[in-house]
Amino acid sequence: MSTPPDVATGRGTLGPLVRPYGDTTGDGMVQVSFTLPLPHDKRAEGAALQLASKMGLAPALLVHAKAMGPDFTFFVVYGSVSHLVDLREVRVVEREYPLLTPAEANQAIRRRLGRKLVVVGACIGTDAHTVGIDAILDIKGFAGEKGLEYYREMKVVNLGAQVLVPELVASAREVGADAVLVSQVVTQKDAHLHNTTTMSAAFREAFPAGQVPLLVVGGPRFEEGTAAALGVDRVFGRGTTPGEVASYLVHELVTSRTTRDARGEQR
Amino acid sequence: MSSRPQKLLELDPTVVRRARSLARAAGKPVVDLARAHTTVSVERATLRLAGLTGADHEGTPWVNHLVDAVRAEVGLEHGVTTPVWDALHRSEALDLLTLAQKASAGGVGFRLPDGRDAGPARRSARSAVAAGVRAMDRQRTARERIIAKVGDAPRTPWVYLIVATGDIHEDIPQAQAAARAGADVIAVIRSTGQSLLDFVPEGATREGYAGTYATQENFRLMRAALDATSRELGRYVRLTNYASGLCMPEIAVLAGLERLDMMLNDSMYGILFRDINPVRTFVDQRFSRQVHARAGIIINTGEDNYLTTADAVEAAHTVTVSQLLNEYFAKEAGLEDWQLGLGHAFEIDPAVPDSFRMELAHALLARQLFPKAPLKWMPPTKHMTGDVFRGYLLDGFFNLAGALTGQGILLVGMMTEAVVTPWLSDRDLALQNVRYVMDAASGLTEDFHPPRDGFVQNRARQVLSEAVELLEQIVADRDAGGHPPLLAAIADGTFGAMRRPPEAGKGRGGVVVKADGYDNPATALLEEGTAR
Repeated sequence: MSTPPDVATGRGTLGPLVRPYGDTTGDGMVQVSFTLPLPHDKRAEGAALQLASKMGLAPALLVHAKAMGPDFTFFVVYGSVSHLVDLREVRVVEREYPLLTPAEANQAIRRRLGRKLVVVGACIGTDAHTVGIDAILDIKGFAGEKGLEYYREMKVVNLGAQVLVPELVASAREVGADAVLVSQVVTQKDAHLHNTTTMSAAFREAFPAGQVPLLVVGGPRFEEGTAAALGVDRVFGRGTTPGEVASYLVHELVTSRTTRDARGEQR
Repeated sequence: MSSRPQKLLELDPTVVRRARSLARAAGKPVVDLARAHTTVSVERATLRLAGLTGADHEGTPWVNHLVDAVRAEVGLEHGVTTPVWDALHRSEALDLLTLAQKASAGGVGFRLPDGRDAGPARRSARSAVAAGVRAMDRQRTARERIIAKVGDAPRTPWVYLIVATGDIHEDIPQAQAAARAGADVIAVIRSTGQSLLDFVPEGATREGYAGTYATQENFRLMRAALDATSRELGRYVRLTNYASGLCMPEIAVLAGLERLDMMLNDSMYGILFRDINPVRTFVDQRFSRQVHARAGIIINTGEDNYLTTADAVEAAHTVTVSQLLNEYFAKEAGLEDWQLGLGHAFEIDPAVPDSFRMELAHALLARQLFPKAPLKWMPPTKHMTGDVFRGYLLDGFFNLAGALTGQGILLVGMMTEAVVTPWLSDRDLALQNVRYVMDAASGLTEDFHPPRDGFVQNRARQVLSEAVELLEQIVADRDAGGHPPLLAAIADGTFGAMRRPPEAGKGRGGVVVKADGYDNPATALLEEGTAR
């Protein structure tokens, strides 16, 4: 850290400033490809170079241009990027739980819980949109990730749509749910918020303190950070994948546990 | 499809025969079960053939209203058509649509006509449904006529590309661009979750999530656009959609009426991957396959899915078992060899030594077991990591395996699989990859003869014998409920590691045991092969 790098050459790589590496330290070389909605001609190639220049590539080398139909051209550009990366300014937001593969999640449950992790899912209220809960639970999954049903060490009970809160509580009790996943898509008159608070209140009333299943809600209109206000443990927003939910459940219910199953061995 | 010699793998013909007879033994009791039941969707599909279309202002189709009303009053045990046409004979309404509208308000008294009145009701029902069957027949003839006039895809494998914007009016120009770029088959992916809707949405749709709703109007619009493009290009561009989920029979009918050319239609996919009730699925499957057989539609089965959940080496034989079962169910329903797009996929972990040799062995096994079927070859997805450069190489090897083993339908792999929905440039690069491999290497089918008792032959034989073992286990499976062995095996988690008991799953409430006097003119016309 004591020797600042020579910015002009980029040499002295131990410093906080770095540039991309092609074949020589500090050369700043990058490769990009993109499509412009222009027929392939000289003007299109000039346009591609202008874009490269505005992206900070100087000099930029147009190595490939190809017409894709009459209206589009595909480009590959190499060039030295003028930007510097200052490592002192890099900020990383850590997820509160590590992402696990299904095999890792299964192994953690097997080793540390010694029984199946029981998950109950439902759409509550009048909401008939099971897309969200099915994407998380069905083996078909979402975004290339398999749903929780795929996890051998999880027992998944999907109650489907329009489940009444008392039914959900009863089912969770019957199967000994470790976690309850509720999906809410319909947001008319804030139905999703109202339903969620009703649900969490019902669970906190029905189960003794410390034995309430982990309550998780998800849907495209929930804001992250509102879990406490809604009385639930976690809120997941749009684009959440099954692997994220599974990893969270394992983190909360399995790996963070240092003592025996706090909710009783029988489950 | 293939002109390859049968002896490429030197499979033992007695083992092949054993595999087929076990598949029949496993499938037959399920067919008997399917014949003994009907479902709400089969009955709705029958009404669609009779010409009942449209939906109320909330989007609930009239076929749903009418089937629900009949079910509530007299049940579906005798089929929906006899009570419906009896009501028309008794002048409860002037026509089918008006009857459905009145019935939705509870304004129609349905009954099961007795012997004397039943005859005329059944005859009228048959005549109405036959008009729909003839409409499908005309579309089949039209397809043959257009192909004869403008020409067919120039070579196999047919190049299969997917579009999925959610908006049919965006899908159309994308599909046409893909066809111009070289696609022989366009598949329109459905909106997420449509398979679990117990009704078919109506009209042209502009909003879907990760796909576009399968509706009759969307089918019509896309087929018309591709007809125009077919004429422009001088080759018939085929259109594909999904006959799966809770409305499988109805979507099959709509596909037949709107001249779709291929339909995804797997015998067990819905059970395993969507948790749809097994009985519902097998009943709906049989009807939809009968429709596809009649309409000249090629089905695509979904074996690739097993390999996305299980290991592609360890589970290779489950693909073979599923192909054999799909073949049995398809033929039983009247489909011919040229209509069987049996699926398989290039999903072995590239880090496994000899992975490509094993892929060749598996692909050749399918080719040799089903020599006349246009096999559907699916690209790598599980081991596409986001490293698009490595992915492009893997897709090249996938294309090479397809060329070497004479596959019929090649779903084009995208190097941006697992990254983004394909960009314009992704499709263009992917098609260049396919064209290069086909131009450079498709003639290799002539040169490629795996040596006797070499790695490829041995691996193929091993997979086949594992498939026979699994079929033997399935046929011997028993459960307490006395269900067919295949259902017991599905309940045990034999396929895709999913346990699906016969009494559970979505859509179970829509299954009805047929009574002795059950009548369904659609099934009758399809099974008899008649048009009146």
